[in-house]
Amino acid sequence: MERVLRGLAEITLEEVAKTFPDGTEAVSSFDLDIADGSLMVLVGPSGCGKTTLLRMVAGLEDITAGQVRIGGKVVNEIPPKDRDIAMVFQNYALYPHMSVYDNIGYGLKLRKVNKRERDRLIRQAARTLGLGDQLLKKPRALSGGQRQRVAMGRAIVRQPEAFLMDEPLSNLDAKLRVQMRTEISRIQRDVQVTTIYVTHDQTEAMTMGDRVAVMKKGELQQVDAPQSLYEHPENLFVAGFIGSPSMNLVEAALDASDGHLFVEFGGTRLHLGHDVRGRRRGIEGYIGRRIILGIRPEDMEDASMVGAAPIDRRMLVTVDVKEAMGSEIYAHFEVDAPPVLTEDTKELAIDAGEEVLEELEEEAGTNWVARLNPRTRAREGGRVELVVDTQNLHFFDAATGAAIYENAQPETPGRAL
Amino acid sequence: MAIAARTTAENRAERSPRGKRLSDTVARGPLHVFLIGLALLWLTPVVGLFVSSFRTVAAYSESGWWTALTNPRQLTLQPYLELVQNESLWTAVLNTVKISVPASLLVVMIAALAAYAFAHIEFKGRDWIFILVVALLVVPLQMALIPVARLFGLAGIFGTVTAAIVFHVAFGLPFAIFLLRNFFIGIPGDILEAARIDGASELQIFRRLMLPLGMPAIASLLIFQFIWTWNDLLVALVFAPGSSAPLNVYIRSQMRQYGTSIDIIAPGTFISMSVPLLVFFAFQRYFVQGILAGAVK
Repeated sequence: MERVLRGLAEITLEEVAKTFPDGTEAVSSFDLDIADGSLMVLVGPSGCGKTTLLRMVAGLEDITAGQVRIGGKVVNEIPPKDRDIAMVFQNYALYPHMSVYDNIGYGLKLRKVNKRERDRLIRQAARTLGLGDQLLKKPRALSGGQRQRVAMGRAIVRQPEAFLMDEPLSNLDAKLRVQMRTEISRIQRDVQVTTIYVTHDQTEAMTMGDRVAVMKKGELQQVDAPQSLYEHPENLFVAGFIGSPSMNLVEAALDASDGHLFVEFGGTRLHLGHDVRGRRRGIEGYIGRRIILGIRPEDMEDASMVGAAPIDRRMLVTVDVKEAMGSEIYAHFEVDAPPVLTEDTKELAIDAGEEVLEELEEEAGTNWVARLNPRTRAREGGRVELVVDTQNLHFFDAATGAAIYENAQPETPGRAL
Repeated sequence: MAIAARTTAENRAERSPRGKRLSDTVARGPLHVFLIGLALLWLTPVVGLFVSSFRTVAAYSESGWWTALTNPRQLTLQPYLELVQNESLWTAVLNTVKISVPASLLVVMIAALAAYAFAHIEFKGRDWIFILVVALLVVPLQMALIPVARLFGLAGIFGTVTAAIVFHVAFGLPFAIFLLRNFFIGIPGDILEAARIDGASELQIFRRLMLPLGMPAIASLLIFQFIWTWNDLLVALVFAPGSSAPLNVYIRSQMRQYGTSIDIIAPGTFISMSVPLLVFFAFQRYFVQGILAGAVK
């Protein structure tokens, strides 16, 4: 589609807050900058306020405090119809009594675009979305995927300053969701319209976002490019939320002997080389204290599959369940250490289901997952020795849940060494 | 043994659809007979009046209407032919139209606007006002006749078609608002929000979304309201006597102490009945239309 000349349409949220009449604080003091033409994903567990935030940008929800700016203009008091935005709803919200053609064209008609121009734009949008031969049908005659496309069509045809998408793929089946995911990314890149995309699915967030904002309980946790979020989570919540299967966490002790640093948990002792210590100088301040250790599933491997696996970076585990994925194998095993129970991990468990939280609170051991080479000889019930890639270990403050990186956290006590 | 058993089972399975249907019919037979009997019983007075409307006054005073069933030569179109030449009947028909059409249209229009607000626009005290409107449903119409008659006298509209219209609208609104609001509230708010973002004003949303999507409820309400006002006797008798009298008041005036103009009453009643029936059949498809299918998900 052609790009119509228009001003920059960056979206800025400044200390935006929303308190509902019943006193619930859905969003609190939220700051976010969304660059013109980029796709920002808001992700978080259900009830974290991401949809409320989107609705405030749309103008469907009053803003309790703070400022929303679209293209530099404060829109707090501007009604949705004058904000020049388009929204794709979770349930599509198509006009059931209008044809696909009229559904897509209704916004143009209301904006008094003349008939010939309207016809051209509608057909162009329909072609982009592969709806060319569905124009005369009513929504009820369409499949879920087609309805989703009509909802997209209604948004792109107006060439608005911003797209707002509220979990647009959650009603589709898994296969279609993957397909539409790429399609939405492609369309967004083609039309270059600033987009806010709300989802609770971290895979969507990772694959679609130019940048991803992770939310928890109405508060922004971290904003970054997907890969940076994955590699450098700022706290336990982001670490546990981003990535599937999620990061394995355990409470561990950090101790030093003869100038070497070790992290120890549930009978396992891993040696931290100088490479890690150089990149995460903050951990020196935690020597002799409890920390939370995080290991991504792919940072463990069957030691027998790796040539020259260092002896001091291994752990011996008993495989409970083996899931063959074809290209890899997920080995589930238990680590003999109590699960990490902080506010963040509880929140993550609730997101996975109430039972998961109960399990977390009751169990003595911690369940971990390792992603192994499919040729591994590990069997269910059998013991296997894993080698850990210590370069990619994650460390978190046990009290605050904040990640420990190069610089010691300001609130941490001075270095011991 | 096993083979034999299986064949019998197969045979039974083959026969079963027909056998099942038969046993169903037998089981439901008594119920059907009862229902048909009830329907006939219910229809008897109507059929009696209908047959009477095709007999002369002389025949009416000589024998019962059922004799016409065995002796159809009694039947004649004469009462209808005479009635259509009766000018006061046409005045009454015109009055009925003048009252029932505006009364039903006004009720539906006002109620639809109010119901949209009650269902989909946030404003302070909305729920309390709605409860008040619903509470008005319990006010009996008969209680209001005398005070409203005095009020209309002061306003100078007593005894006119307008008086009947205003009264019908006022007493039709609470139920109308209640019915439409409960229907409108089932229309997903997302659709309205989508329209707001598309750039529609509240009035455009009302016209382009609420009215078409609410059509099943609006059509039902329109039909009911029309039939009620068309068939009304009491309100018209009080507020629109004499030259403003509608059909029902006119027909009733043909009943006298010492004799009845059956040649006017019987055919007049059927003319009066035919209109609501036509309206019902013209709009009945709206009752069954599932127009919301495909809106969401």
